Amino acid sequence: MQKMMSALKKCATGIQGLDEITQGGLPKGRPTLVCGSAGCGKTLLAMEFLVRGAVQFNEPGVFMAFEENAEELTKNVASLGFDLEDLSKKKKIVVDYVYIERSEIEETGEYDLEGLFIRLDHAIKSVGAKRVVIDTIEALFSGLPNPNVLRAELRRLFRWLKAQGVTAIITGEKGEGTLTRHGLEEYVADCVIMLDHRVTEQISTRRLRIVKYRGSVHGTNEYPFLIDETGFSVLPITSVGLNHKATDERVPTGIPRLDAMLDGKGYYRGSSILVSGTAGTGKTSLAMHLVNKACSRGERCLYMASEESAHQIIRNAKSIGLDLAPWVKKGLLHFHVARPTYSGLEMHLVTINKLIREFRPNIAVIDPITGMTNIGSVDEVKAMLMRMIDILKSSYITTLCTSLTHGGQNLEQTVVAVTSLMDTWLLLRDIEYNGERTRGLYVLKSRGMAHSNQIREFLITAKGIDLTDVYVGQGMVLTGSARRVQEMKEKAESVVRREELERVKRELERKRLIMEAKINEVRAEYESAEEALLASVKEQELKENALAADRGVIAGMRKADASSKKKGRIYKQK
Amino acid sequence: MSAAAKTEKKTSSKSPAKNRKALSKPAKGEPAGEIWELKLYVAGQTPKSVTAFNNLKNLCEEHLKGIYKIEVIDLLKNPQLAKGDQILALPTLVRKLPVPIRKIIGDLSNTERVLVGLDLRVGK
Repeated sequence: MQKMMSALKKCATGIQGLDEITQGGLPKGRPTLVCGSAGCGKTLLAMEFLVRGAVQFNEPGVFMAFEENAEELTKNVASLGFDLEDLSKKKKIVVDYVYIERSEIEETGEYDLEGLFIRLDHAIKSVGAKRVVIDTIEALFSGLPNPNVLRAELRRLFRWLKAQGVTAIITGEKGEGTLTRHGLEEYVADCVIMLDHRVTEQISTRRLRIVKYRGSVHGTNEYPFLIDETGFSVLPITSVGLNHKATDERVPTGIPRLDAMLDGKGYYRGSSILVSGTAGTGKTSLAMHLVNKACSRGERCLYMASEESAHQIIRNAKSIGLDLAPWVKKGLLHFHVARPTYSGLEMHLVTINKLIREFRPNIAVIDPITGMTNIGSVDEVKAMLMRMIDILKSSYITTLCTSLTHGGQNLEQTVVAVTSLMDTWLLLRDIEYNGERTRGLYVLKSRGMAHSNQIREFLITAKGIDLTDVYVGQGMVLTGSARRVQEMKEKAESVVRREELERVKRELERKRLIMEAKINEVRAEYESAEEALLASVKEQELKENALAADRGVIAGMRKADASSKKKGRIYKQK
Repeated sequence: MSAAAKTEKKTSSKSPAKNRKALSKPAKGEPAGEIWELKLYVAGQTPKSVTAFNNLKNLCEEHLKGIYKIEVIDLLKNPQLAKGDQILALPTLVRKLPVPIRKIIGDLSNTERVLVGLDLRVGK
């Protein structure tokens, strides 16, 4: 006891999430009050505390029940996977059923509850219990006539429990305006946990809140919790921080052309992908491709569907050439199908959290995320989705969410305004033109990669999804048969244009040939003229030379050498 | 009287289950009937338990002379016995016989209520 004054020791409950929000568990060696209205899970919380203590922490426990006998308790908790009988046999847990019936009791004078103390003491000693549950001690108030005696004795009981050094859970029914009907909170002052079972718009959510925890910091919010076949789990949703790691690893989309649009490699691992679009644009098909591809690599996929059954999804996947059934058999693909209205928002979170923990998927698909909007206000839904995406991201799970956009809405406005949370946003849209609807796909954003900004036509074929270029030109975007028609038209036009061009080219060639012919003719004429002229020049020269020679001979004869050249020149000037 | 009570308790508390030391005495003029089997649960010799035992004895002598058995069970010695009769409050007087079982808690100082509790008030 004195040790606890310096630093409060805690006793781990082993209950999923509860140890997180209490930062270690319940105050060790002290009683904790768990209160709440009928059917909110007090007994179960207490029982799980004991069972987990016995199984996980080797701390035997005593369950003192005022409302149910050992047999009933054993049956009740067997459905949650606790084998109380076995634990009792192994001397790990003692169940002591205290039966109290007012009509059989007559008060005739002074008394105390020493009998209860003795029983408890005996039970504790018989197994060396470290944990004690008293459920619900308030039954004493209806069973015993004198509340004053009871109050004094309860005070003594809690002091006594502390002195025993056992960590105790006392349960109490919620009262009008008080935590418990008989004011147990007056006695148990160290730690008070309140359970609540609230129904809002016909959807019930169980919530847990730590009202007080003396000497310790603790989460103060209301945390949703879940009771299912594996027991109790609390989801400390708001404790999720924003410190998940980012990776460069990529996850192929399953559609090569889409990979190409996303920087050639696909989505980032651990990123969140939003696929939004109107009805029938192929959102689910896109998800199926991702799942199929991931499973074929041996990764685990969790498919959370809220509109189609698993069988329907598998059948539909077959129609586009994807066989998902073997993955289910191999345990790589797990379908979780539940209507959104099946439980409250927080409950969905808890469920998803649990699934993630148990199944450990690499890929998660939420189809559609918009289903959630029916079960809460926009703010609530957004907060919930934010938490959910945080959980998924922090678990390093690539998440693909589909979002249905209703006709007439702005396509880029998704119902729940989650787009800012998403790393990659693919927008699928109908393109209605010329009496037919075709599908177009854009990558609206994709954080951290150079993605294509082009629209691609999205074809769903028997062999899966294919993306093709759309017709972009002449100020319009065409898809489907209109694209084909336009392409054919263009082809025809281009053929005509090409022929025309050929014709012009040929014409030009011809003109060139004519020109060349003419040039040749002129040149030939010139050449013949030149030849004639040159010939005559040569003839004259020869004549002249001959003449000069003759003159030289004559001059020689006349002995007039010097003047011979002069006369020759004069001849030339002629 | 208190001395008797003490001895009574001591003997019974040694092995109350087996050695049922009864304070049975033959009835004196009272209509002979069923034996009344009474168990008084106490925890040690607190003033309350001593008072309860004395009160019980006086009452039995007065109303059930000769047809009663009292067994005093000290839960400090035999805590496991508390479970059987669903004892919480101490002292508790349990009328095992005649049936139905009756439980009377407290030090039995309110004689009227004890008589009502034991169904003796009606019988009188």
